[in-house]
Amino acid sequence: MLAFSEKSIVKLNVNGENVTVMINPSYTLLHVLREELGLTGTKPGCENGDCGACTVLVDGWPIKSCLMLAAEAIGHQIVTVEGLKNAPIQKSFVENWGFQCGYCTSGFLMVCHALKNIHPDANDFVIEQWLQSNLCRCTGYGEIKNAVKAVLENRI
Amino acid sequence: MGYIIGKNIVRKEAFNKVTGTAKYTDDFITTGIYHAELLISPYAHAKIINIDIFEAVSSTGVKTIITGSDINVLCGPLLDDMPPLAKEKVRYHGEPVAMVVADCEQNAKAAVAKINVQYQPLQVVNSVLNALKENTVIIHENLQQYKKNVPDVYPEANSNICSHVKIRKGDQQKGWQDSEIIVESSFTLPQSDHAAMETRTAQCEILPNGRVIISSSTQAPFSVKEQINKTFQVPIGVIDVNVFFVGGGFGGKVPVQLEILAYIASKAVDGHAVKIVNNREKDMITSPGKIGLEANMKIGAKKNGKIMAAEMHFNVDCGGYAEIGPRIAKAIAVDCAGPYNIENISCDVLCVYTNHPVATSFRGFGHTSQAFCIERMLDKLAAALNIDPLEIRMINALVEGNYSPTQVKITLSNTGNFGECLNKLKTLINWDEGQRIEENNNLVRAKGIGCFIKTSDSPTNAISGVLLTFNSDGSINLNCGVVEIGPGMKTTAAQILAEKMKMDIGRIHVKMEVDTQTSPVHWKTVASMTTYMVGRAVLSAAEDLIRQLLNAAATVFKCAPEDLEVADEKVFLKTDLQTYLTLKDIVHGYQYQNGNSVVGQIMGRGSFIMNQLTFLDKETGLGKAGPYWTVGAQAVEIEFDTQQHTYRILKAATVVDAGKVLNPKTVKGVLMGGMCMGLGLGTSESFIYDTEGIVQNTSFRTYKMMRYGENPDYLIDFVETPQIDAPYGSRGLAEHGIIGIPAALANAISVAAHVDIINLPITPEQIWRLKAGVQV
Repeated sequence: MLAFSEKSIVKLNVNGENVTVMINPSYTLLHVLREELGLTGTKPGCENGDCGACTVLVDGWPIKSCLMLAAEAIGHQIVTVEGLKNAPIQKSFVENWGFQCGYCTSGFLMVCHALKNIHPDANDFVIEQWLQSNLCRCTGYGEIKNAVKAVLENRI
Repeated sequence: MGYIIGKNIVRKEAFNKVTGTAKYTDDFITTGIYHAELLISPYAHAKIINIDIFEAVSSTGVKTIITGSDINVLCGPLLDDMPPLAKEKVRYHGEPVAMVVADCEQNAKAAVAKINVQYQPLQVVNSVLNALKENTVIIHENLQQYKKNVPDVYPEANSNICSHVKIRKGDQQKGWQDSEIIVESSFTLPQSDHAAMETRTAQCEILPNGRVIISSSTQAPFSVKEQINKTFQVPIGVIDVNVFFVGGGFGGKVPVQLEILAYIASKAVDGHAVKIVNNREKDMITSPGKIGLEANMKIGAKKNGKIMAAEMHFNVDCGGYAEIGPRIAKAIAVDCAGPYNIENISCDVLCVYTNHPVATSFRGFGHTSQAFCIERMLDKLAAALNIDPLEIRMINALVEGNYSPTQVKITLSNTGNFGECLNKLKTLINWDEGQRIEENNNLVRAKGIGCFIKTSDSPTNAISGVLLTFNSDGSINLNCGVVEIGPGMKTTAAQILAEKMKMDIGRIHVKMEVDTQTSPVHWKTVASMTTYMVGRAVLSAAEDLIRQLLNAAATVFKCAPEDLEVADEKVFLKTDLQTYLTLKDIVHGYQYQNGNSVVGQIMGRGSFIMNQLTFLDKETGLGKAGPYWTVGAQAVEIEFDTQQHTYRILKAATVVDAGKVLNPKTVKGVLMGGMCMGLGLGTSESFIYDTEGIVQNTSFRTYKMMRYGENPDYLIDFVETPQIDAPYGSRGLAEHGIIGIPAALANAISVAAHVDIINLPITPEQIWRLKAGVQV
């Protein structure tokens, strides 16, 4: 078991690279990604696990980084929106008008990207179960549906 | 027309937004910046007896602590009624009481927890009804002493009324005499929140040379300048406001609040950079939300459905401070009749203080609440007369030659064709199959209609501007003061310019950030006025460019400018299309073979100011509030379970007279987003208070918004009646998707469940209570 009581230097694996950061035990993964590593594509929306704007992938699964301590991420593979690197879902969001202000977009992209990898045959019910984790205030979700379906159906 | 207008144009910043590289205000991570953290009031109305900061001030990392007694200013956009930090008393749950400035967020929060405030609770005004009772508690004792920042705000002495807007049109007595049926009802609509995904944030640094550098997630950077100037007497020229991408606004990022606090904080630490960021809970209650509304409506009509008279009383719940409430009251008055012709109107809109969180502009600017009332009234009238709800709207539809409630003559250009919107809606929602259809398993499928008309209530002198410069390759840089809050207005500006210059939009480079020192003033990015205002400025700047390009080429070709034409980044001789100059060869001056050079750098300037707008007459409302209206018809189709009182939303439809659809996918996107937000208001969104005015649902776990899959199928169609004075005939419509939707939903449920919906949101519990006759 890991135990920290004060500021410590830890190693994280983010977007395929090993990085060394100084963390407080209380730092969330969201805080460390943004403030320590400058990966500001991951957004705070509620810091309460309700909106999904801060979603990242941990070992391929979408996780709300506001609800995970950075210390818990040690030994796991973290992927942020900056690590997507021309994933089909990014192009699909552009082509399907899947965003307006763009603030919730990173989180949605991460959920959709993981969904495609984990459930490539996801039906509407599964898509809904997965995407209900996130909030978008600009679109009416119709465009997001088109974007994720285009990727699941390999139309991008 | 038709070079690029009407085509789907991907927004300029699209790939930055899907890669996490688009920067929002709080994405600039700066080491050494101080953090300001607010202590907020746990009471809705209380006297502040004492604030003890002794322990907090010596807490780790604390630089300073500021309380209301340290600041001797009042602020507000219309009425100076609000101290940046509460002074002597608090007027709403969530009001800022003290501000800690510390070296980091954690230390600031730790110190806030150590501040000890002693309150003496006061009687809470927990509704508009209570606020207007005789001998009620007065929330602002010094109401009459507040400085007015505009002439047309009318606070009433010894009351909780901070403004009163009146409409008196036609002959009331005659209208009621001519009426053969009278329908009356009252409505109550709750306050709610913008809930933009990016919470509000601001930073301020005051440089040794006096410059005040502010970064903010604002829709109104030029208002920030004005407010800081007015409140603190800082010369307006030294204030520089920078805005990057904004993560949704919906009107909530118009008020100047955190910017003022950031300035105060920075000033208190010798100008050091300070940032203040709302957490979600503070964003919901400490910063302003949406108005609540109570209304009493009376409509008189002939048996054939023609409305003869209307008497309306709207009471706007603006919360503890006026903010922009009096303007929302005005907006409700201006469009009180909806898209219908009513000859005889008496309408009174009061803007009322309560001990609720402060309200400000919210998508639709009061029209969603107003439309709920008038559209429910239309359905009640239709039911009373046994006339089809769509037909009764057609009978009363506003047409060319009618007059608005403030007695502006309606034309097809300034309003569009509402009747045609209704016609198209009828087909779109398959109205003729029947409004209420019983299906198997206790299910009923039902439709409801809700319509809208909206103009802006901008200052009569609102302005916009555009500056254009060329790069040496002939591509254009477009600089305007419009903030990119989501609807893609920067791309729209580029599209209008590309059309006018007849060039590739890819060769137009838009400055996404706004810097008030170098960007031309744009009033505010609000009111669905951006395409109209900045679009006009773009056209004027393009004309300026074209004139200079023609003159430059005329010099080179030794011909008259009239013989030349600009297209495809070339200036052609009209009579010989093979003879041309490419823009890149003249935009930075033309050089002859011998080295002589002429013309110089070509730059475009475009400007726009609202014209012909007037203040409204205090007693009758007579006057012109906005430059044009946008009209539309909407519908919602639901599936209602008569046993469970639950419902699913199947379809939401909008037909809007867009004038001209500039960018179809973008326009449909903002309309769908508006409809979705309207369904949120209809189904679940509202602030819930306890008996002491404390908001119970200050997080997204308890404040429920529409989520993926709860949305219906969206149906959208357009009417295109050009607005003559608008860029390519295009009307504003960014807000409008929301306006008629809660009413349409309420009309559908009223029919499906045989109940009379007069409140929002419409929960299964509310339907059950109405059916069972059970009071709350």
